[in-house]
Amino acid sequence: MKILVCISNVPDTTTKVKFIDDFKKLDITGIQWVINPWDELSLTRALELKDDTSNNIQSVTVAHVGLVGAEPTIRKALAIGADDAIRVNAEPADAWLVASQLANVLKGESYDLIFCGIESSDFNGSSVGGMLAELLNYPSVSSVSNVKLENGQAVITREIDGGKEIVTVPVPVVAIVQKGIAKEPRIAAMRGIMMARTKLLKVIEPVAVDSLTEVVNYEMPKPRAACKFVDPENPGQLVELLQNEAKII
Amino acid sequence: MSVLIFVENWDGKFKKLSFELVSYGAKVAEMLNTDAVALSVGQVEANELEKLGRYGAARILSAVNDNINVFDSQAFTSIIAGFAQQENAEVVLLSNNNTGKAIAPRLSVRLKAGLAAGVSKLPLSTNPFNVYKKVYSGNAFSNVIIKTDLKILTLAQNSYEVTETAGKSVVTQVTAEWNSATVKTRVTEVQKQTGKILLTDADVVVSGGRGMKSAENWGPIVELAELLGAATACSRPVSDEGWRPHEEHTGQTGKIIAPNLYFAIGISGATQHLAGVSSSKFIVAINTDKDAPIFSAAQYGIIGDAGKVLPKLVEAVRELKGK
Repeated sequence: MKILVCISNVPDTTTKVKFIDDFKKLDITGIQWVINPWDELSLTRALELKDDTSNNIQSVTVAHVGLVGAEPTIRKALAIGADDAIRVNAEPADAWLVASQLANVLKGESYDLIFCGIESSDFNGSSVGGMLAELLNYPSVSSVSNVKLENGQAVITREIDGGKEIVTVPVPVVAIVQKGIAKEPRIAAMRGIMMARTKLLKVIEPVAVDSLTEVVNYEMPKPRAACKFVDPENPGQLVELLQNEAKII
Repeated sequence: MSVLIFVENWDGKFKKLSFELVSYGAKVAEMLNTDAVALSVGQVEANELEKLGRYGAARILSAVNDNINVFDSQAFTSIIAGFAQQENAEVVLLSNNNTGKAIAPRLSVRLKAGLAAGVSKLPLSTNPFNVYKKVYSGNAFSNVIIKTDLKILTLAQNSYEVTETAGKSVVTQVTAEWNSATVKTRVTEVQKQTGKILLTDADVVVSGGRGMKSAENWGPIVELAELLGAATACSRPVSDEGWRPHEEHTGQTGKIIAPNLYFAIGISGATQHLAGVSSSKFIVAINTDKDAPIFSAAQYGIIGDAGKVLPKLVEAVRELKGK
C-alpha cells in the first residue's frame, strides 16, 4: 500500500497578516511558512500507519502545488518522515487549479490512501480534497478524525452532528482530515533533518488549467469596540449589560 | 434559471441553519431575478417542508428514496448535480457544515462550477459574481469573483439573519436516484450524544481555558451553560490535557463557531483560539491578566480569577432566570 499526503504551505498560524498593493496581495515580509496544520496532522497519522508494519505500507509521499519558495516546507515534511515528495511547479491560484494539478500527477499512480487537510489556514476553502476525489472518481470521506486499515479497506471515523460515525470504504480513498486524527504533529529529529536533504523531491511542470475563482482584494476585520470592564465583585452588572445593552440573554 | 438550495434534514427536521440558508438563497435569487428552489433529500413530513416556503423558497423539491441509508459523498453529489441540471441552476447553495464541506467541492468538479466556501455576506454584485469570505482563519476577509456561469456557494453558519417572507410555495415529491450497489461508504458504528446542545448550533457558548486550573473546576461552567441553554466548549490546552473531550475544542484546528454570545473563561485568547471564535457576535472574557489578548476581542470583560468570579456570575444568572 502507498499513502499520499497533500500539503499546503501557509503562514505560521500566529502571523498577523498584512496586505500590500491596495489590499490585493499578502505582504510576505517576515512571514514564517509552515505545513498547513491539518496536513501536518495527516502526515503524522500516515507515518503512524506506516510504523505499524502489519499495515504493510511501502511509502508515504507528500505532494504540493506551489513554486520553489515552498521547498523548505516540503523538506520539513521529508524531515518529519515522508519518504519522497512531489512538487507541481505552479502558483496555487485557487482550489480548482491545485486539485487539477494533483489529479494530473496521480493519473497512472497507485496511491491507496490519500490524505488532505479539511482546509488550509490561509484560504479556508475546504475544497481541494473533495475536488481531487471527484476528479479521480475516488470515494471521499470528510471531517475525518481517525483512519485505520483493515483487510485492505479504510476504516474511517468521521464527525457527524452530535457524534461520530465509523465507516468502511474500499481503497483508493481520499480522507479529508480534521482535528483528532493525530494527537500532536510529529516533530523532525536531527537524523530526519539530515536524511531529508537527500530524499527525492520530484518537480513536475504543470498542465494548463485556468482558475475558476479569483481574489479581487482583501479586507481587514472591523475593529471591535473597546472592552467594557465590569467589577469582579459584582458580576450581576455583567448580566444586566448582557440583558439590557447587548440584549442577548 | 434558479438558485438551488440543498437543505439538509436531521431525523426529518430542519434547524435554524436550514432557514438561514433558505433566507440567503432567496435573497440571491432575487438579486438574479430568478426563483429559489429548495432541495430536501430524504424523508421529511409535509408540514416541515412547508416551513422552507416561509423563508423564501418558491418551490420545494422533496427527493426521497427508501434505500438511502448512508451519507455517501459521491451518491449525494450525483443527486444534487442531477437536480441542479434539471432546474437549470445558476447558483447551488449549501451550508458550510460537515455535509456541505463533503459535497460542495465534488459538485464543483461535477458541474464545472467555481466554488466559494464559507461566504458570509450577500454577493457584492452578481455580474461579476463577487462574494465575501473569511481568509487567514478570520484574520482577514476577501472579495472573490467566481468566473464560471454556474456557481457553488457554501454559507458560513450564523452569518445571515433568518428572514421570513409572506411567500407560499409548492412542495413537489420527486425520486432521488440511489443505487445501493455502487455506494462505497458503509456505516459500521454510530456514536451519538443525545439531548446535548450542539456546539456548532448553539446561540450561546460557555467555554473554559487553562485558567480553570483543573477538570474538577468545570462544575460552574456546566451550570452556567445549563442556565443559559448554552453549549460548553474549551480551549486547546484543555482538550489536550484531557480535562474536556476533543469535541469541545474551539479554535483554528478545532471547531469554528459563530454563536451570538461566547463566554471565554480563563482563556487568554491566542491567535489560534480567536480564529475559531472571532465570528461570535458578542464575546465576554473573564481572565486574571488584564493584558490578555482575549480582552481586545471581547465587548465585556471581568479581570479576576474565574474560580472566584464564576460562582457569583452563576448566582446572578440564576436570579435573572428565576431558577
